[in-house]
Amino acid sequence: MDANKLVNMANQIAAFFSAEPDRKDAVAGVAGHLRKFWDPRMRREILAHFDAGGDGMESLVRDALEHYRDDLAPAG
Amino acid sequence: MYSNKVLDHGTPASKSPKQVTLQVDGKPVTVPAGTSVMRAAVDAGVKVPKLCATDTLDAFGSCRLCVVEIEGRRGYPASCTTPCEDGMSVTTQSDKLADLRRGVMELYISDHPLDCLTCTANGNCELQDMAGAVGLREVRYGYEGDNHLDAEKDRSNPYFTFDPSKCIVCSRCVRACDEVQGTFALTVEGRGFESQIAAGPTNFLDSECVSCGACVQACPTATLMENSLEEQGQPDHAVTTTCAYCGVGCSFRAEMKGNEVVRMVPHKDGKANHGHSCVKGRFAWGYATHPDRVTSPMIREKITDPWREVSWEEAFAHTAKEVKRIQAKYGRGSAGGITSSRCTNEETFLVQKLVRAAFGNNNVDTCARVCHSPTGYGLKQTLGESAGTQDFDSVEHTDCVIVIGANPTDGHPVFASRMKQRLRAQKRGEDGAGLIVIDPRQIDLVRTPHIEADYHLQLRPGTNVAVMNSLAHVVVTEGLASDDYIAERCDPAEFEKWKAFISEERNSPEVLESETGVPADQIRGAARLFAKAPNGAIYYGLGVTEHSQGSTTVMTIANLAMVTGNIGRPGVGVNPLRGQNNVQGSCDMGSFPHELPGYRHVSDGSVRTLFQDKWGVEIDPEPGLRIPNMFDAALDGSFKALYVQGEDIAQSDPDTQHVLAALSSLELLIVQDIFMNETAKYAHVILPGSSFLEKDGTFTNAERRISRVRKVMPPLAGLADWEVTVKLSEALGYPMNYEHPSEIMAEIAALTPTFTGVTYEKIDELGSIQWPCNDKAPEGTPYMHSEEFVRGKGRFFVTNYVATPERTTRKFPLILTTGRILSQYNVGAQTRRTDNQVWHDEDVLELHPHDAELRGIEDGDMVAMTSRQGNTTMRAVITERMQPGVVYTTFHHPESGANVVTTDNSDWATNCPEYKVTAVQVSKVVKDKSDWQQGFDRIEQEQDSLLPSRRAQQPGTTN
Repeated sequence: MDANKLVNMANQIAAFFSAEPDRKDAVAGVAGHLRKFWDPRMRREILAHFDAGGDGMESLVRDALEHYRDDLAPAG
Repeated sequence: MYSNKVLDHGTPASKSPKQVTLQVDGKPVTVPAGTSVMRAAVDAGVKVPKLCATDTLDAFGSCRLCVVEIEGRRGYPASCTTPCEDGMSVTTQSDKLADLRRGVMELYISDHPLDCLTCTANGNCELQDMAGAVGLREVRYGYEGDNHLDAEKDRSNPYFTFDPSKCIVCSRCVRACDEVQGTFALTVEGRGFESQIAAGPTNFLDSECVSCGACVQACPTATLMENSLEEQGQPDHAVTTTCAYCGVGCSFRAEMKGNEVVRMVPHKDGKANHGHSCVKGRFAWGYATHPDRVTSPMIREKITDPWREVSWEEAFAHTAKEVKRIQAKYGRGSAGGITSSRCTNEETFLVQKLVRAAFGNNNVDTCARVCHSPTGYGLKQTLGESAGTQDFDSVEHTDCVIVIGANPTDGHPVFASRMKQRLRAQKRGEDGAGLIVIDPRQIDLVRTPHIEADYHLQLRPGTNVAVMNSLAHVVVTEGLASDDYIAERCDPAEFEKWKAFISEERNSPEVLESETGVPADQIRGAARLFAKAPNGAIYYGLGVTEHSQGSTTVMTIANLAMVTGNIGRPGVGVNPLRGQNNVQGSCDMGSFPHELPGYRHVSDGSVRTLFQDKWGVEIDPEPGLRIPNMFDAALDGSFKALYVQGEDIAQSDPDTQHVLAALSSLELLIVQDIFMNETAKYAHVILPGSSFLEKDGTFTNAERRISRVRKVMPPLAGLADWEVTVKLSEALGYPMNYEHPSEIMAEIAALTPTFTGVTYEKIDELGSIQWPCNDKAPEGTPYMHSEEFVRGKGRFFVTNYVATPERTTRKFPLILTTGRILSQYNVGAQTRRTDNQVWHDEDVLELHPHDAELRGIEDGDMVAMTSRQGNTTMRAVITERMQPGVVYTTFHHPESGANVVTTDNSDWATNCPEYKVTAVQVSKVVKDKSDWQQGFDRIEQEQDSLLPSRRAQQPGTTN
């Protein structure tokens, strides 16, 4: 899927959770949202994009993908 | 008028808790205080003759036919306007009363045509019945004097005729228009003998009339009559069912003759509509038998091939083979389905079951994705349940209404009439409700007869969160918050966090004024009005959800309702006005890719186990693709097969060219619909759908009300939609064994905690049921969160305003926002195939005079509208309803291509598209059609030529 689109969507999610006063909550919020609502192929592709440098990603998205990689990486 | 088989109590029921007992013709009867003598008599089994009274209208007391004698009182009081008193003794029949009534009737009949045998109302006429009831035998005055017998008929309305020669000027029509509908289109013109009913200076069609039918129901003679009744004669039976248009979910009596509908009449006992209707449900049902209906399954290999009509068996076998081939080649996740918000609960349940059990994945979504998915998300997060909190009746107890991003008089007209009744009370000097409208446009509700909004916060499109935050800022910083309520009902830590956020200066109306365009003093005034009202209710629609911050706005609404203590009792609440008839139901039934029925996440092992045990299959624990994700996945080649039931994604979804590219890349597109819609042009399999008149099932409306849909005629193509899904599933190797939709509901009830108590028998008994319906609430739940929130403590969410990425520039200086019109429904597939076309036969572009002048555009000019996505052409309408810089259109007609210009921006949480904000430029054009529209015409012609019916008409073509 179009990586730019996935990045934009993830950045939008981050924009909502960035209002959390505690950054840890914000990172968890972003990761939780991706885990709950994104189909595995979308998660796989955004992780691949992150691994390839994560062009265009907000830092909250980067942190979420890094800290919660195990939860987010689809099985198999 | 109503069928004479429907009991008319003469005057409305009294809601007084106090009871009084009286005698009517010696029979004792006990009624609530304030009940009229006429109504009490009906309760005692006595029908007092009447003409100007009917139980849908306040008593008027003009015809003098309902006179009675009351012991100890002088004269002959009208029973409709006389309230019952304890110990009263009423006599309804005596020589004197009979004489008086005959005298009244004699006068009426002296100026009435005596063509009863050939009259449209023959067999169902109150005047005829009353002449019989009073025993009128002669008219001593003769018929030669001045009369109205030659008055001309007004046939301007396509659905009903006004025949003034039959009018008795009882004013029931005028009062229905005023009291019930609230349009005030009719009046009694002139005095005495000259008096006549008038719809404006010309005729019904050119008047303010909205064709709701209230006057037609109210008329006691053939003066206002449905044309269908004139053509077909009186119906012989009636079936109670539910309208298939908007989310109000009106109850109707389908009045039938054999398998033909004669007319649809709103059901007085319907709890959503209480006997009212709108032009769509009341009159625009002719699409169901339109010649365009698809009557045979069809298949083709490629979308450029001609269609081939096949048997149902061949269609199922072919489709199943293709699905299996595709899944074998591209993987299990390459197939998916879209459930329909127009189909029944049982049907949507089956489609998601088919996807989960037979396709083996969670790639199921529904059209709620593009309308109210943010409601589901936002309310689940804050309150704990993905649904509106109230019933419609709740509005009667409201002291202040906020309407944000909704246009109820066009989108939800029957509920709008209820709301207007409450709002008008204030203007009558009674204890009525205040009104705050938050909308970029001056919608009708802002200023309508006897109603004027206290505040119209005319914000810039895309700034809902900023406006809602600033309202909450005022409530909190001016000490107007309901502290006790919050302390008792809400999560304290989350509240404190939110309170700190919302109190920040950046959320003040003064700071946000430059962003929202709303003067700060108006925000402050509105916030105070709402916070101080004993009961405040918020009603909202797609103007809230269809934004990049749609889910955030839903949360701001929940925040505002909680901070003002306005959830958990009648008269308050968060009230999403749902778009389609069963959009609430389709969401309830597990149509989302991350949720099983009852809004339970697929990752929840215990819930999955429940379904796995019942269904005998493994359920994928991973969320599936949402509709926009399906399109993206189709374009990258990982999604290849789509089963679409009753939804026209090619027309309704944004960024049309992207959607069409995605659909074109599918190897199998299965469309199940009653018409060859826009999506069908890209399909490989057509499975004929059935209309709401052709099947049994249930719809769930915006107030969580589950109502029965009843079959009144056989399915045109032989199978109801639920039967099609059952047979398709069987062909896929996953048999489903249901003989009747009631068995599907039994399965839903067994698997869904909020539906445990729902059965067809109980719905029949109660009329309708609002879920949750279970052991805790055996008769359903009119309003939720009464003791505590479904999630326990209500949760405030920090709702930062984030401007949409869709920005105006010099190249695209205007903001386009989209909406609906009363006479058309959604993509128009149904209403465009009815006479509703007389009100709206093309989508137009509304713009402010200032913007028009700058561009040299005059009213009625063809204009080109261009966005970053595409361009289209439509006719300009210049109106001050718009604010400068904002233009508006609808998407009811496919050729206008409103969605060619809308963007692929979407809500951050749910991917609900941002239909409401697109930066555009508008210019006057010479060319009538844009390049896209010329392409549309070409595809339309090509696809049309591939249909068997068209090819049969063309000599030289063979199948």
